[in-house]
Amino acid sequence: MQVLLDPALILVLLLNLFALGNSRITSVIRIVGFQGAVLGLMPLIVHGHLGAMPFLVAAATVCLKGIVIPWMLLRAMREAQIRREMEPLIGFVPSMVLATLGTGLALAFARQLPLAPAHLGPLLVPASLSTVFSGFILLTTRFKAISQVVGYLMLENGIFIFGMLLVEAMPLLVELGVLLDLFVGVFVITIIVNQIQAAFSSMDTRKLSSIKEQT
Amino acid sequence: MIHSAIHLVLLLVFPPFMLGVINKTKAFFGGRVGPPLLQPYRDLARLMRKGLVFSTTTTWVFRAAPLVTLATVILAGLLIPLGPFSSPVRSFEGDLILFTYLFGLARFFTTAAALDTGSAFEGMGAAREVTFACLSEPALFFGFLVLIKLSGSFALATMLHGPWQAPWTTAAAPLVLVGVGFFVILLAENCRIPVDDPNTHLELTMIHEVMVLDHSGPLFGVILYAASIKLFVLGSLFLHIALPFKSCHPAVDWLVILGEMTGLAVAVGSVESVMARLQMRHVPTLLIGAVLFCAFGFFLLLR
Repeated sequence: MQVLLDPALILVLLLNLFALGNSRITSVIRIVGFQGAVLGLMPLIVHGHLGAMPFLVAAATVCLKGIVIPWMLLRAMREAQIRREMEPLIGFVPSMVLATLGTGLALAFARQLPLAPAHLGPLLVPASLSTVFSGFILLTTRFKAISQVVGYLMLENGIFIFGMLLVEAMPLLVELGVLLDLFVGVFVITIIVNQIQAAFSSMDTRKLSSIKEQT
Repeated sequence: MIHSAIHLVLLLVFPPFMLGVINKTKAFFGGRVGPPLLQPYRDLARLMRKGLVFSTTTTWVFRAAPLVTLATVILAGLLIPLGPFSSPVRSFEGDLILFTYLFGLARFFTTAAALDTGSAFEGMGAAREVTFACLSEPALFFGFLVLIKLSGSFALATMLHGPWQAPWTTAAAPLVLVGVGFFVILLAENCRIPVDDPNTHLELTMIHEVMVLDHSGPLFGVILYAASIKLFVLGSLFLHIALPFKSCHPAVDWLVILGEMTGLAVAVGSVESVMARLQMRHVPTLLIGAVLFCAFGFFLLLR
């Protein structure tokens, strides 16, 4: 099973690039959802044996990250009737280039880290750093609230990859707790997105700065 | 010796057939019967019998360009090995630079001839062609870097035969990335659909076709022939990475090469049928994507 680890991580890294280069928010949501599903299968790959606990975590992650959260976001988008991110702070092509450079740096940086010998071989650490970086780009340079949520999801995906290093030590409860937090976070954010949409008839978060305290 | 002869014959005779296969595939997707597979040969023969018309503003550059293009692509075709066989021209260190810039020379003369006519449309086409070439060349070189890194050689023959002999776990991911990148380059350099539409009839949106509007008769035939050879050469470059195959018997290998080339033509035709052409301003995104894919493969190897 370990043989599948690197191809899966490379797929995750490529999905980062696709997500950053895509101007259609629905596609970006689907891409990040797919990324989440691929990551959900990763505990099974890392563990190597099909016990009950990794299976439970994998099933919960795939369901939540691959199906429920994208569905919630797509539904919020349908209600808000927006399609595209029009003018991100950093354009689509430059952000792809940045993410590739980030990946290169992550690969170089991961070699310098004092890691356990077992973790040096696979791409886990660089993939995690690079995904966090890509998520950060998505989160900070896009103005539509939904895109920012997707960036947050991608960032969380990166942290999830890092968690794979500790998969032997991390109790089931912590993993499920993180997933629950994520679910509640996205749930709340979709409600907020609808509220922003109702108040400003646009999902541009820059408009939020015009809110003033009433005296 | 005999293999070199077969290589030469294939290089000179087979390419228009690929155009026929592409057209047939597109016709199949469109629910039409389509022109016969050998139609490109008949088109070439028809063009060769026609007379030449030259605009009074043109100079020798205009007349030389198609011939230079043909000569360079044939030379590039002699440099690249087909399948498991070695190329007719003995491979030497650094011939990948020669290979790439033979295409560069062909492009220089095509664009120079386009500018030579003094037509506004042709100038526009020339500007687009070189703009996109600026982006596809780095992708090609990053791809070559990956192959060099894997095989440890700067000669095309070793480079292209070597990579899949490296351990599967290190070589697979970069090679898949480079394969995708090379396929995009193949489509872009041969003016196929996501980048350029070879059948378009609107000068404002054409890239390659607009540059050769003023060529007529035999010279136009030479341009079409050279374009099909270019498809064949870049196709064989792509197939080295996508479908390396070596059996024990040479005859089987040659048949496999023919089959793979036809398959590639079907693939190109399918891409053309299922995709719409990209907007002109989105083409650089696609090409930069190809550069990033190849660069990414290289980064993975540096680790």
